[in-house]
Amino acid sequence: MSVSVLKPGLLSTVQDGGRPGHAAIGVGRAGAMDIPAWRLANALVGNRGGEAALECTLLGPTLRFEQAAWIALTGAPIQAHIRSFDVPPWTACHVAAGSVLQLGGMAVGCRSYLTVRGGFDVTPVLGSRSSDLHARLGHHAGRALQAGDVLRIGPASDLHEEDAADTIQALPWRLDPQPWFDFASSPITLCHGSHWSQLDKASQERLYGSRFSIGKDSNRTASRLDGQTLQLRAPLELISEAALPGTVQLPPSGQPIVLMAEAPVTGGYPRIGQVAAVDLPRLAQRRPGDAVCFRHGTLEHAIARLTEREQALDALLAQVARRLQREGSTRA
Amino acid sequence: MEPAPIQFEPIAEDALLLRFGERIDVTLNERVRAAVITLQRQLPQLEYVPAYASVLVRFDPLAWHNANVSPHQALERQVRIALGHDEAPVHASREQEIPVCYGGVHGPDLAGVAQHLHLPIDDVIARHADADYHVAMLGFAPGFPYLLGLDPTLAMPRRDDPRQRVPAGSVGIGGLQTGIYPDPLPGGWQLIGRTPLRLFDVNATPPSLLATGDRVRFRAIDDDEFRHLEAEQHR
Repeated sequence: MSVSVLKPGLLSTVQDGGRPGHAAIGVGRAGAMDIPAWRLANALVGNRGGEAALECTLLGPTLRFEQAAWIALTGAPIQAHIRSFDVPPWTACHVAAGSVLQLGGMAVGCRSYLTVRGGFDVTPVLGSRSSDLHARLGHHAGRALQAGDVLRIGPASDLHEEDAADTIQALPWRLDPQPWFDFASSPITLCHGSHWSQLDKASQERLYGSRFSIGKDSNRTASRLDGQTLQLRAPLELISEAALPGTVQLPPSGQPIVLMAEAPVTGGYPRIGQVAAVDLPRLAQRRPGDAVCFRHGTLEHAIARLTEREQALDALLAQVARRLQREGSTRA
Repeated sequence: MEPAPIQFEPIAEDALLLRFGERIDVTLNERVRAAVITLQRQLPQLEYVPAYASVLVRFDPLAWHNANVSPHQALERQVRIALGHDEAPVHASREQEIPVCYGGVHGPDLAGVAQHLHLPIDDVIARHADADYHVAMLGFAPGFPYLLGLDPTLAMPRRDDPRQRVPAGSVGIGGLQTGIYPDPLPGGWQLIGRTPLRLFDVNATPPSLLATGDRVRFRAIDDDEFRHLEAEQHR
């Protein structure tokens, strides 16, 4: 039960929900950048929920399935085909043994998720299968896929005989990518950070009133914001404190940095903002060059929106599981 | 003197920062350590991230939802109760000795540091190795210790051109701090030596050689002993 990597794509990594609980020894959480997309992709193949997926960045990999499998694609819309068959996203697809799945570019967005029934079964490190490229943890000491890698697929119960059939077939239904993928590039909600009041007046206005763009050296650790320079009223001498995904830091260059999934656990730059957790997956889907605007929100409002999102996501995950069970499509 | 009251700052939906002060100071750091030990005992379901003078508490805001108060207020109340009725006695710190081969290929910046400080190289080594250090926090990368206790005469600005890859085990000085790179990492600190010990190994229990609160002493070793100890580590 395995998948062979023929071409690695631009930056394809194994990711699950991340590695919580080890920040005190300097180990961050990592995990999928777009958590709702990862959870929905797992649900579509009938996985229980915590299984590791492939996170593809801008250009996907080419993979050979050594045996029949159920797969799903979510996140940014990505070109995907097996010979002449177009693999549709946001649904489950049965692929035959020996199939070569070619993932291409993304029309919009930055990250797509490929799940397989049973999950990609790399050896867990500190309780997670996520690759942390910064901390060098996970698959091959935290590196992206390379040609020649072989990824084991975890055990999936109840595989029926027809599942091994030599057919490539998608389910007759698919999920609406909205609201899980933001096609409109709407503003990102930003709460005030500890040092927001230390920004000069013009910078405070620029932060919420202007357009930034995602810098080209952005990665899983941080999205860099180009296009505007911000300044403090006076230099601040700070000591290192805990840092988090979503924290907007202002280094001396004046170019803000938004920490992302692989954020280091501590940082010493002024914290001028905190991206609402509900909007962090949407920011993760902006690619270098894409525009970003911020609108102000309170933490209270951010928690309310997060609660709503989690309820909607849980309801949809349950609905997908029920539908798969009813139809017996993937033997969930 | 009464210790300053703790400031509580909600910094994200799932994070509350407890700030004990704004300085790098052993007394503040001891309070941080005592608070984390108490909180781990009283509220073990939460994650704590200690730093120099603060503790970050990570929690699930949906689980702390309450009709009358925000999740952060509900958590703050519980934290105040926990810290109020049990000022944990801090366990005696562990003593850790770290062998370091100073200078040469292992400490490419040592000569430059000595020149900058107008000190003989041997003095820099002696002042670095003779001090008592204290692990204030782990951060930047897995197992990277920020050590308090550097002789202030050894304070050095960071390098203008940070290295893309610092060898694992390198001992560096950055400002008034000294630390050890557990893995090959990019880094801007001045490298004065290197230890053959492995500071972080996911297959070890615990994975990090050092923990917050540990006392650390460096012991100067020569190249032969470095190679001998390095071979032992890989056995």
